[in-house]
Amino acid sequence: MDRRNFLRKTLSFIISLGALGSLKEILQVIPAVAEVKNGETAKPVYGMGIQIDKCIGCGRCVEACKIENDVPQEPFFFRTWVEKYVIKKDGTVIVQNIANETGAETVPEKDILRSFFVPKLCNQCANPPCVQVCPVGATFSTEEGVVLVDEKRCIGCRYCIQACPYGARYLHPTKKTADKCNFCYHRIEKGLLPACVEVCPTQARVFGDLKSMASPLVRFKRMNKLHVLKPYLNTEPKVSYANLDGEVR
Amino acid sequence: MKNLLPKLPEHILRLLLVFLIFLGVILLVRFFIPESFREHKVQIASAVEREKAREIKFAGTSACATCHEDQYNLKKNGYHKNLSCETCHGPAQGHTENPTEIKPPAPRDRKFCPVCHAYNASRPIGFPQINPVAHNPLQPCITCHEPHDPKPPETPRECKACHGEFERTKELSPHVLLKCTTCHVTPALHKVTPWSVRPSKPTSREFCGKCHSQESTVAKTPKVDLATHGEKYVCWQCHYPHAPEVE
Repeated sequence: MDRRNFLRKTLSFIISLGALGSLKEILQVIPAVAEVKNGETAKPVYGMGIQIDKCIGCGRCVEACKIENDVPQEPFFFRTWVEKYVIKKDGTVIVQNIANETGAETVPEKDILRSFFVPKLCNQCANPPCVQVCPVGATFSTEEGVVLVDEKRCIGCRYCIQACPYGARYLHPTKKTADKCNFCYHRIEKGLLPACVEVCPTQARVFGDLKSMASPLVRFKRMNKLHVLKPYLNTEPKVSYANLDGEVR
Repeated sequence: MKNLLPKLPEHILRLLLVFLIFLGVILLVRFFIPESFREHKVQIASAVEREKAREIKFAGTSACATCHEDQYNLKKNGYHKNLSCETCHGPAQGHTENPTEIKPPAPRDRKFCPVCHAYNASRPIGFPQINPVAHNPLQPCITCHEPHDPKPPETPRECKACHGEFERTKELSPHVLLKCTTCHVTPALHKVTPWSVRPSKPTSREFCGKCHSQESTVAKTPKVDLATHGEKYVCWQCHYPHAPEVE
């Protein structure tokens, strides 16, 4: 074998090896591409609507959420919680989580200008600040627009808890990982409603697919004047409120 | 090693050792660190799968309806029609899987119903509320109300059965002798479906003027000139008729 032949054969061998390798890659990629494209058309995008003037502040949603999602019972760990707003005649606003209301000051009724309950939960933002700050990529948005936490990946650094403008996250005391509402992801993907929506006695919470015209959520969005929390942050929440008072933060 | 490869010079052996270590590290990364730790997409997929696999505890109303048809049919026309069974009976997925052994509780004492129906100033107007201290003390709610189709045990005869607050306010006011129906036209259906059929309120100034205008012949009432007093407003927009101010 002369020098020229040797070089030619070696080169063609390397090229054919590379071609074989990339062929394998391509074969792997094609079904994945098809899957993603199908997913884009078929997957629903979940959202929630909350009607403030229907909420009676009974706290059934909070209790059901804690049972369904194994949230610790202590009254400072919540995936969803209900705040009582009392706006006094002198203009001061008192906000109180109804779960730790005992012992809090009670405003005499004649001093109240208006008062109402505001259920709160993770807003499942389209631009989630918590996902941006996670140093290990443990929290992410699914195709359905739900923000999940991978508890195997989470290192419990609490960065996301600081970053959430809605205070929706907490550090799970036994798992030592960040935890938050995920619309009861294990229920909704089986066609059930999230636990809080299921037990709400007054239908103050409406859940559904934002893309399907038949979903109760789209009807809710058509029939009400809506507002989201902290719209100036451009987080684009998927939880919208009807009849929200201007004092709600 | 040296006996096996005696011909190889020392520096080549060292290089081989380095290569072996490299190979070991690569194999370690490839086979001992799970793929979900290396690939973000795989990690997300496995996290989603883990999330999906979590245990369900609330079965949903339709699951209850398949066996408990009687209660479901009773409930579906009443005021509690939109309530899920598990709102009161608690999570029942275990009961659907093992109906004989696991029984969801039925709250029968006086503590449970006031969770929603106790008076609270922050609750929306019109939501049925009671004062648990004054409302038939010590009686369990279910002695008078069927929880699957709650109704007042009998149609109230007088307005104060439901509107006691107005009645008590009025009792201390100069309007004490006026009946509610003097000012409010109350359709008979209001007693059966209080939310959908509502009593009227006076719509004109002349209505109050029957007693309070200067032309009125009713004795001992404060009189105003309807033409100049209060401009366009209906009287009750400024004066509270259940406790009108006394000069």
